[in-house]
Amino acid sequence: MATDTQLDLWEVFIQGRNGSHHMHAGSVHASDKKMALQNARDIYTRRGEGSSIWVVPANSIVASNPDDADMFFDPADDKVYRHPTFYVMPEGAKQI
Amino acid sequence: MSSNTAPAIEDARLSKFEERVQKGDAIEPRDWMPEAYRKHLIRQISQHAHSEVIGMQPEGNWITRAPSIRAKQILLAKIQDEGGHGLYLYSAAETLGISREEMIEQLQTGKAKYSNIFNYPTLTWADIGAIGWLVDGAAIVNQVSLQRTSYGPYSRAMVRICKEESFHQRQGYEIMAMMMKGTPEQREMAQDAMNRWWWPSLMMFGPHDSDSPHSSDAFRWKIKRHSNDELRTKFIDKTVQQAEVIGLTIPDPELKWNEATGHYDHGEINWDEFYRVIQGNGQCNKQRIAHHKKAHNDGAWVRAAAEAYKVKQAVKNN
Ligand SMILES: [Fe+2]
Ligand SMILES: [Fe+2]
Repeated sequence: MATDTQLDLWEVFIQGRNGSHHMHAGSVHASDKKMALQNARDIYTRRGEGSSIWVVPANSIVASNPDDADMFFDPADDKVYRHPTFYVMPEGAKQI
Repeated sequence: MSSNTAPAIEDARLSKFEERVQKGDAIEPRDWMPEAYRKHLIRQISQHAHSEVIGMQPEGNWITRAPSIRAKQILLAKIQDEGGHGLYLYSAAETLGISREEMIEQLQTGKAKYSNIFNYPTLTWADIGAIGWLVDGAAIVNQVSLQRTSYGPYSRAMVRICKEESFHQRQGYEIMAMMMKGTPEQREMAQDAMNRWWWPSLMMFGPHDSDSPHSSDAFRWKIKRHSNDELRTKFIDKTVQQAEVIGLTIPDPELKWNEATGHYDHGEINWDEFYRVIQGNGQCNKQRIAHHKKAHNDGAWVRAAAEAYKVKQAVKNN
């Protein structure tokens, strides 16, 4: 028999209410998609916490490197004109 | 790396890490962390996960003998939650680089511990009440404090667990309250359970602060947010009133309200018993691990079949 295994790691994303974003809830172990979905349902939605579940093999997720975070995100640092508060509105203008 | 720059880089990383922790930043799996932090967390989180899983056994002992269908449904749901808690925590520990297989192996060989409380037997139905009320009650005090632990995945698991725990404590207290309204025999049974579970529940918080090893790093790195004695006192302060309301006596003649501190003082805990049980000589230590191994081995064919199915599907889809 093959050596014992605890199956593959999947990440679980749950949509709490219809219309909202799917949010990361945690992980499950499973050998295939169907088992991953069923395990995610049993582990993360025992009290109606979900209306939809995504499961993704953990090794398919690409993540930014925390050591490079400063450099990686700094293009946004000097672009204050991307925020509405940057602009000076004429006195008296309404609903803008 | 040359031999003299390595320690300098290490020092810089350590001070940056400690600065972040002091600021209240959460540490995430891919962030740099000191080896001692990683080790401490692996030990603590895996021990916590094992406790959730082993804790299913004493309660599982009463599923087939629950006194009503309502009681049985509740107990099943509660035990299923504990299994879920174990899984949240194993996942959190895995983010630190230990595998599920290694953790199971450490549990089964005795290298990793689980909470001492689960080495006591559940002799009567009242024990199910006492576990929910006192054991989950004590666990909640600890887990509420850990919601603010510095390691992100552990903290998030605690938030989820705490949401689920309050039903556990309430169902236990309801059982105790119901029995205290019953026949003299039922009241006696509830008091007997109280007498047996009270002291082991206090021991769940661990040794007195003055005798507790590894705590200074744990505080500096905000893994632990409150001391053992602080948490124990918090639990006692809450529980005494709940016992009074339903007419149970706390089995501690020295327990009394201390006007000056604003807390209860309690009698000395039997630490000899605590260490005896930790060292494997409690009433159920052997049974708990034997049962875990049996369930694990009995399930091996299911995991093997699932793997075989996965391989077959992959071939078919190619
Ligand atoms: Fe739990
Ligand atoms: Fe619980």
